[in-house]
Amino acid sequence: MTKTLLTLIATAMLSSTAIAAEIKPALVYGTGGKFDKSFNEAAYNGAEMYKKETGTEYRDFEPTSDTQGEQAIRNFASKGFNPVIAVSFAWTSAMEKVAAEYPDTKFVIVDSVVELPNVRSVVYNEAEGSYLVGLLAGMASKTGKVGFVGGMDIPLIRKFGCGYAQGAKSVKSDMQVFQNMVGTTGAAWNDPVRAGELTKNQIDQGADVIYAAAGASGLGVLQTAADNKKFSIGVDSNQNHVHPGSVLTSMVKRVDLAVYNAYKDLAEDKFTAGVQSNGIKDGGVVYAVDDNNKALITPEMKAAADKATADIIAGTVKVHDYMTDNKCPL
Amino acid sequence: MDYFDIFVSILGSTIRLSIPLIFTALAGLFSERAGIVDIGLEGKMLAAAFAAACLAYVSGSAWIGLLGGIGISIGFSMIHGFASITNRGNQIVSGVALNFIAAGLTIVLGQAWFSQGGRTPGLTGDARFSPIILPGADFMRDVPIVGPLYANVISGNNILTYLAFAAVPLSWWILYRTRFGLRLRAVGENPAAVDTAGISVSWLRFRALIVTGILGGFAGAYLAIAQSAAFINNMSAGKGYIALAALIFAKWKPVPVMLACLLFGFLDAVANFMQGKSIPMIGEVPVQIFQALPYVLTCILLAGFIGIAHPPKAGGVPYVKER
Repeated sequence: MTKTLLTLIATAMLSSTAIAAEIKPALVYGTGGKFDKSFNEAAYNGAEMYKKETGTEYRDFEPTSDTQGEQAIRNFASKGFNPVIAVSFAWTSAMEKVAAEYPDTKFVIVDSVVELPNVRSVVYNEAEGSYLVGLLAGMASKTGKVGFVGGMDIPLIRKFGCGYAQGAKSVKSDMQVFQNMVGTTGAAWNDPVRAGELTKNQIDQGADVIYAAAGASGLGVLQTAADNKKFSIGVDSNQNHVHPGSVLTSMVKRVDLAVYNAYKDLAEDKFTAGVQSNGIKDGGVVYAVDDNNKALITPEMKAAADKATADIIAGTVKVHDYMTDNKCPL
Repeated sequence: MDYFDIFVSILGSTIRLSIPLIFTALAGLFSERAGIVDIGLEGKMLAAAFAAACLAYVSGSAWIGLLGGIGISIGFSMIHGFASITNRGNQIVSGVALNFIAAGLTIVLGQAWFSQGGRTPGLTGDARFSPIILPGADFMRDVPIVGPLYANVISGNNILTYLAFAAVPLSWWILYRTRFGLRLRAVGENPAAVDTAGISVSWLRFRALIVTGILGGFAGAYLAIAQSAAFINNMSAGKGYIALAALIFAKWKPVPVMLACLLFGFLDAVANFMQGKSIPMIGEVPVQIFQALPYVLTCILLAGFIGIAHPPKAGGVPYVKER
């Protein structure tokens, strides 16, 4: 009897606070910060999109160091937030621990895979997206040399570089692709000075389009390219606005959709755990065109990119994924 | 790309990477020569970078940013002075404390003001020091050997770069050719003698720390508003400690300090350039080897070639007037 009463009260309280759907979403960013103009900002945009549509408030947290992620995820889970979304591969082990402790809470991790029955792992086929921007870079390059600056030297980032190189070489087989990594530790995501130096280096060697896949370090790449009047390519979010006229395009991962869909699915009771892989086919990775770069993408480039998109979807062009065998075929 | 172009490119990179080291090492030179060990150079640089980026963003003027950087750096110096000169505290502890304060405070304030994960918003136009193209650079470019060197290494740097190189002879002149410099060196060697001559040891040391603050401010401003276009978390990344190593390496003398900093900058530039390149006969060398090279070299040179580096005698010892 008491139990029924309590449940009734609880239901009444819940329905009075939440109007659209009874979910209490939470979001944990990566250490780059909410407004990094890149990956985390995309997640933020997704949560905002859901909030605007349904009026459901969400809570978020910006860890400033690698040790805070687990605390934040556990904190949200223990306070009854559901689903709890953590963006960044850095929270993989934290997610494994916390998700096992709270089997009734739904979790989502972006950019990594956690094999638990209550976790949805959202991963992207960055190789395909990078192939497309590589193709555009190859067509925009006048010198026949293009560059890639990665953040931390990990297989995920090599995957970006490998897809990019394949795309660039599909334009001209003798295309030269310089590849550099900012560093080998987490500090590499936050070192725009070194990223800028590496970019300058590549420009001195003749590269005229440089693709950054380096988190906040990437801002150094875009800056240096703009200072030297060369093209750059942004990553994760649409970064075309950072230096209009210099950023050729951006390889956008629709992290916003991943966040939005997770909230929506749970609200509509359609949440599924397991690995969700997003490629070109599902619109999970795209190259960004907006007012800032419309003039830079010529009709021929657009046609070639459209054709490559169709070919990848049809399966006639296969983009090699570096992470499958830790090798790049080029 | 032939070898000469590579050389020019690396040289240009060397200059850009050395400047914050030169400013910081000169900053350390003044304070250590006056007998104040300054391990807080890193913190000064970081705090100055943050202040410079914030003020440059708000005001839209790089010069105001620079002044702000210098101001906060002098402020940090004065705290160091208050702790270690006035209150005779341990200079290492005070310096380390300042480093921690700078590392934490910049992120917290940056996050509170701009909510970009501790970064400050990007700067454009006049809010940054942009490269200056020296007269005739484009004309000279086609002249063999000298042309590319002039156009790519000497020209095309920002004003702070030229100021850094100007600061080296200026520091030498101040230290060795002025009364202030003579007294400053004396107070680092034998403060009791300076005191006997009727000169205030504390005031002299405070003045040395003001100079340190000014130079530290330049270093921070260079990082945030000349080399980059924003403040980034912990962007000094240990440069303060490397500058300190360069200072010891150079035996506390201005011109050798510059050369030591250029050497560290050069090794850094080579490390960046060699990444992923293969060397004839050896093949591709892991980039970590090049990244470790400056430190390995420091050990070897310090142990084998430089000989004993004598620090100023009174360094690290608080001066007590009467014992």
